[in-house]
Order: sequence, then structure tokens, then C-alpha cells
Amino acid sequence: MSTRRQAGPSARARLHRFDLKGAPYLYVTPFFALFGVFGLLPLAYTALLSTTAWSPRQPGSEDASVGLGNYADLLSDTNFHTALVNTFGIGLLSTVPQLLLALGIAHLLNYRLRGRLFFRMGVLVPYITSIAAAALIFNQIFARDFGLLNWLLQPFTGGTPIDWRASTLASWFAVSVMVTWHWTGYNALIYLAAMQTIPYELYESAAIDGASRWRQFWHITIPSLRPTIIFTVIVSTIGALQLFAEPYLFDTTQNNNGGSERQFQTAVLYLYQQFWANGRYGYGAAIAWTLFLITVVIALVNFLLARRIRSAE
Amino acid sequence: MTITQSPPEPVVRGDRPAPVRRRTRGAGRAGWLTYSALAAVVLFSVFPLYWSIVVSSRDQSAIGRYPPPLVPGGNLWDNLAAAFEQGNFGTALTNSVIVAGTITVSVVFTSTLAGFAFAKLDFRGRNGLFTLVVATMLVPPQLSIIPLYIMVTQWFGWANDLRGVIVPTLVSAFGVFFMRQYLTSAIPGELIEAGRADGASTFRIYRSIVLPIARPGAAVLGLLTFIMYWNDLFWPLILLNAQNPTVQVAIANTASGIEVDYSLVLAGTVIATFPMLIVFLLLGRHIIGGIMQGAVKG
Repeated sequence: MSTRRQAGPSARARLHRFDLKGAPYLYVTPFFALFGVFGLLPLAYTALLSTTAWSPRQPGSEDASVGLGNYADLLSDTNFHTALVNTFGIGLLSTVPQLLLALGIAHLLNYRLRGRLFFRMGVLVPYITSIAAAALIFNQIFARDFGLLNWLLQPFTGGTPIDWRASTLASWFAVSVMVTWHWTGYNALIYLAAMQTIPYELYESAAIDGASRWRQFWHITIPSLRPTIIFTVIVSTIGALQLFAEPYLFDTTQNNNGGSERQFQTAVLYLYQQFWANGRYGYGAAIAWTLFLITVVIALVNFLLARRIRSAE
Repeated sequence: MTITQSPPEPVVRGDRPAPVRRRTRGAGRAGWLTYSALAAVVLFSVFPLYWSIVVSSRDQSAIGRYPPPLVPGGNLWDNLAAAFEQGNFGTALTNSVIVAGTITVSVVFTSTLAGFAFAKLDFRGRNGLFTLVVATMLVPPQLSIIPLYIMVTQWFGWANDLRGVIVPTLVSAFGVFFMRQYLTSAIPGELIEAGRADGASTFRIYRSIVLPIARPGAAVLGLLTFIMYWNDLFWPLILLNAQNPTVQVAIANTASGIEVDYSLVLAGTVIATFPMLIVFLLLGRHIIGGIMQGAVKG
């Protein structure tokens, strides 16, 4: 564009230099401008908000500074503690089986298969299904009265249906099943991609040394996959901390309590409840910022652990 | 992060795996045990969708008894029509197409542009800025929800307005990352230098050299983005009311209440799910390729 303009040689050279130096910044500007306004600014604003008692139901509360009062309240807010425990519990119950299953499935997909595309597409169907739709389908499956699972379990439960929403453990299990169903195939494909970069000679020489398939899996496949595994652990952990749609929809009254005793109310569901149902902007912001800090700490721990493992080798 | 340090892998395109490559693939040929295990996995993956068809093709009384029906009945169209009416799915589908479509176009455009700069142009602060992009991917957007709501509704006046759903998500850090990885390996550096030697401006190079090569990667990014925002619930749920929903908000709304009519609720999920399933059936190969490609770099 600029080169076509008729200008003196020096002006043209200047244009050219500007093009070389300036164009890259121009190209990354749309991303950073929008990210700045809708990503960074709200994050900073959350921190600011969290020091106020702002509620749209109380005019003028916008400027009512409470310092770190909201955070102090969080420390003694047993509902928040319950929500954190639920989040970690469900997170553990969903992340661990999900990644282990994904490893196994990836291993199977890595064999030479007929109908490779069929199997890969099959395991990815849950990922294409929206979380909301999946949660609603599983709601029927986990229904106390006339749910599909309780029908299958009849021979074992002696006719007393399990109320999957009533107890802590049962509800954690049900929500974890939804999460696991949605993400396992996706993670399997990520592991599969990494497995395919492992040179076959490694397996060959191991086989010559008499290592069994199982030993090959443990001593070649898993170590080669370590960076990928760490990556998926970080991503799944962060995802688990954000869990919202499944527990929100699992209670069909959608009253945001996550069960009568808040047994499956997650942290983000609690944040949503404080913000949306109770109109507590300041308090909600304090929850959000606390969750953000927890996320950063967990990501850092993951990262440092990964580094430690690598340097130990 | 491990992501940035891994060397760029060659882009795997359809025709590349030569016979030699096939022999380097994983463990040997699959036995019947492998096939049965995989078949079981696929069955588990697909069953809930099958179940949604069974339930939504029955009337409520058939669902509310044991033993439950295990094959589809004859009420599918009636239930779909009823759910469509009650759940405002006409508006919802239109809204979802607009929202996911606009976001996709914008994400693909901005990501290709920024990805090109990060992959192929030299500039001061490039590595620092790219690290920022990667770090951004780890910041969960849910946590900024309150200020975002204040900004969108009070500053811009977009309560219950599709613009409020669209504008905050017009760019994606994942998109920039994805396009950068793709373009790094897809475009030979000599091609850019040759363009420069011919006196082409950076934009000219972008338009005539980079864009044609970027197209397959951009298409996959577009698919992944469209699916992601078609399926998004949290932010539209906050911003949009029941009269003006996206499909995910619509199905969430049909499911609330003490007494839930599952045949209608699951008819709603069928309406919300099947457009994406059709896309997946037609383009699944590319979606899988995109996920696996992004992963090898990860």
C-alpha cells in the first residue's frame, strides 16, 4: 500500500522503515486493545470492587469503602468454606479419573486401527455436546424417581432409590461423572497427539531387551508424555476451579444453593449467587479475587513441581 | 511454561504420513480386546445423546415409570415442536448463530494477524508480549464477571443485548497462540524474505503470502471457536433474559422448576445439540486434526 504512493526516495525509505518497525505492533494491537479493555481492566476493577460494599440495592454504596473487610468476612463465611471444599472435592473426583482414563484411551487409539476416524470421532462426541445439554441429560439419568441409573441399580439397592442430590458424596459423584464424560475424550486426543511423536525405535530396543508392553508403557510412554500430562493437569485444575454449569443445573430449582445443604455448591456458583441473586457486588468481587489468587498459586505449584521433576532427571 | 519452549512441530497435513511414518506409529496392530474396549468407550460417549432422543421421543408418562423405555418412541416431532414453542428456540437459534458467528469471524481475523506478527516478524518485546498472551490463556474469564457486567450494562448500556455477549469475547488468547504455532511451521522464512526483496510491504506480504497459507489453520480455529461459543452458557445466562436467549440459556431455562418434564427438556437439548453434531459429522476430521495439532505444541 504505502509503496505505491509517489514520494521522494527518502520519504519512501522512511515509510519502509516505519512499515518494518511499526507493522508488527499494528497487527498485535487489536488483540491487546480488546484484551486490555475486557480482560485486564475487569480483573483490576474486581480488585477495586472487592474493597467496597457496593450493592445495586443500596444506592450510594458504590463508594462505601470497607478496606479488606470483605476478605475478613470470607475467612469466617462457612458457606464459602463449604463451596471451596466442594470445589476441591469434585475437582479431585473428576480430574484424576478423567486424566487416567484419557491416558488409557489414548494408548488404545495409538494401536494400528481399522476405522481410526470413527473411534476418534466417537470419543470426541461429548466435547462437542454443550455442558448445559449434557448436564440436563444426566439430570434425568441421575433422577431419584424414574432415573435411568436408579433403575439399573435396582437389583443392588433393593428398591430404595438413591437420591443423588441429597448427600454430599453422591452429588459429588454425579457432578464428577458429568465433568469426566465431557472432557475425557478431548484429553485422550491430546495424549494421543503426544504419543505419536515418540520414536518407535525406543519401543523396539525396549522389546529387544525383553520389556513387556506394560513396562514399555510405564518406562517409555509415560515419561515421554510428561510435559503434556503437566499441561493437561494445569488446564484441568483451572477448569475444575471454575466449575459452574453442572452444579447450577443439577439442582433443578436453579436456586443457586447447590443442594439443600449446599452439598454441591461450587465456588463459582457461590460467586454467582452472591453477585446475581443477592446483589452483593463487593463481596462477590472478593470471592472472585480470592479464587483468582488460588488459581495462580495452584498453577505456580504445578509449574514448579514440573520443573523440579525435570531437573531431577 | 512448557508450551513456549517446545520446538515447532512440522504441520501434519493429510498426505504427509508416508509408509515409513506409519511404521514409526505407536504400539502394533490392535487386537479384538482393543477394539472391544474402544467400542465400549464410544458407546459411553454416545449413549447420553441416544438417551436424549429416547426421552424426547416419548411422552412424560412413559418416562415416569419403570422399566423405562430403551428405544425411541413416536413423539419426537410433537415434543420438538412443543419445546421449540415454549423455549423460544426460534429466537434462541438465531441469536446463537449471530453470537457464535460474529465472534468466530473476529477471533479468526485478529488471531491470524497477531499470530503472523508473533510467528514471522521481528520486533522489540515480541517474546515478552507472547508470554503475556500465554499467561492470558490461564486467566479464567468467569472471575471478572462482576466488573464486566457493570461495564457492559452501565457504561455501554447493553443489558439483554447481543452486543454485550459478543464484544467482550471478540479476541482470544488461545486463537493467537494457535495461529502463531501454525504459521511458525507452515510458512518458510525465505518466502517472507523473497517478498521483502521484491519490495512488498508487510501488509502485502500478509495478504498475498500469509493468508493463503494460513487458511487451513484459520478454518480449524474458526470451527473450534464457533463450537465453543455456541456451547457457552455462563456469560449469556447473566446478560440475556428469557425473551432473548441463546440456545444454551434457553435449554437452561426450560429445565428449572420443581416438576421437570424431561421429555420437553431433553427435546430442547436435542435442538441445541444437533446443529453442532451435524457440523461435527461433516468436519470432524478437521476438528480432531486441530485439537491434536494444538496439543503437540502444548
